Amino acid sequence: MAALLSVENVTRRFGGVVALDGVSFDVPAGEIVGLIGPNGAGKTTAFNVITRLYRPDEGRIVFDGHDLLRTPVHRVVKRGVARTFQNVALWPTLSVLDNVKIGAQARRGVRSAEELLEYVGLSGLAHRPAAGLPFGTLKRVELARALASGPQLLLLDEPAGGLNHEEVGELGRFIQQLRADFDATVLLVEHHMNLVMGISDRVYVLNFGRLISGGTPQEVQRDPAVIEAYLGDASAAA
Amino acid sequence: MADVLQQVVSGIASGGVYALLALALVLIYRSTGVVNFAQGEMAMFSTFVCWELLDRGLPYWVAFFLTLAISFVGGVLIERLVIHTVSRSQALTVVTVTIGLLILLNGAAAWIWKGEQRTLENPFPSDTFDVGGVVIAAQDLGIIGVSLAIVLVLWAFFQRTRVGLALRAAALNPASSRLHGVRVSWMLALGWGLAAVLGAVAGILVAPTQGSFDQNLMLPVLIFAFAAAVLGGLDSPIGAVVGGVVLGVVLNLVGAYIDFFADLRLPAALLLILGILLLRPNGLFGRSVVKRV
Repeated sequence: MAALLSVENVTRRFGGVVALDGVSFDVPAGEIVGLIGPNGAGKTTAFNVITRLYRPDEGRIVFDGHDLLRTPVHRVVKRGVARTFQNVALWPTLSVLDNVKIGAQARRGVRSAEELLEYVGLSGLAHRPAAGLPFGTLKRVELARALASGPQLLLLDEPAGGLNHEEVGELGRFIQQLRADFDATVLLVEHHMNLVMGISDRVYVLNFGRLISGGTPQEVQRDPAVIEAYLGDASAAA
Repeated sequence: MADVLQQVVSGIASGGVYALLALALVLIYRSTGVVNFAQGEMAMFSTFVCWELLDRGLPYWVAFFLTLAISFVGGVLIERLVIHTVSRSQALTVVTVTIGLLILLNGAAAWIWKGEQRTLENPFPSDTFDVGGVVIAAQDLGIIGVSLAIVLVLWAFFQRTRVGLALRAAALNPASSRLHGVRVSWMLALGWGLAAVLGAVAGILVAPTQGSFDQNLMLPVLIFAFAAAVLGGLDSPIGAVVGGVVLGVVLNLVGAYIDFFADLRLPAALLLILGILLLRPNGLFGRSVVKRV
């Protein structure tokens, strides 16, 4: 089966730093795919390249048969790609409901903004301005906003940021439920290993901008290259 | 007392016109980040367009709405053809361009309409009503009604429609809006179009109250609108409306009871602008901008 999203040989440099170095990976339709790696590995850069925030220096990104790099920024959402941000990018002075409605500007999903707020459990806050709400709440507002466009591909950038152990478990079940309810494919950047390994069908590992491993969670966890990237050279340390 | 109330009502009427033009200033300030010094001349030009349409025999309200449509297109074109090309420059450059537009529009109007005094048809009857001793002019009521209607329609547009939300989002955070599929540059053009419409209404309402008008019709009105917008807070639409009405009422009352003040209204408005900018630069309703350094 053809992948919904194909990242092909993508390189992105910032001055002398190579943030992404010839990275290729596929996200098949209907899967939950995890993208992991130590800090600075290039995970968020990969998201930014896919959503056209950054232009890659080399490579191709194909989404649902379309060359995403030829798609203007404002059309990416229309094609069916939606995302959340690591540090939350909402409109602080606008109401929670208006923030969610912005997600439906380019394309509308089946569910209304009100229904989505209910889905993420925030109906009571619809008319409050986003400013001043707790970080975890804002992350849910962002998720509702991303869902408002009825995306085929949902990019989640560290959705577990700021959550406690118990909440992370809930989030995992929530993401799986969401895939079923919205018929969406999920690409997930996350530091919480238990979460990623627990819900992903497939995991890719980045280190210093290079893809060092990919496969099922079990395969990746056994991969010596991955263990070394996370723990350093075990023999050298000993 | 009745006399005072009378002055208040006619103050609200002139305040309504200031409020419309102040709203236009706020609209552009919020989306483009600059004060549009050409706002008054855009309104004056629209007023001449309305006069021209009426002169060619169109019925009043046909000419009125046609003028609004032409003004909207004109506002959009000004943004697309002029402002857009300098939109990446510093604020000072954009402001200078709007001052250039002011001079250009003033000169163009003087050239096209020969700089002669014209009289714009008054849509309202010259009747007055006596409400418990307070004499109210139908003209004042008409101006208040039209201004209020425009403000309410605009409010509903911004608060209740998809495009209105896109406009607000684009003004607050263009980069994020683009990521969510908002066509930011068209939203800015739309903002200019709406501001031009607001100005057109202000010009068409104010011209008949002056008896006759020429290309300098809106210069004083722009100063008052500017004072109203600064008083309310340059980024606050509610502030523009409240500021406009307060300014209209206060100037009218003071002008009516202090003989020499009638001639000092313009300097007083400028003094007010200066005072507010010194003491309370965000106005009554404006948000203070905190920049992280």
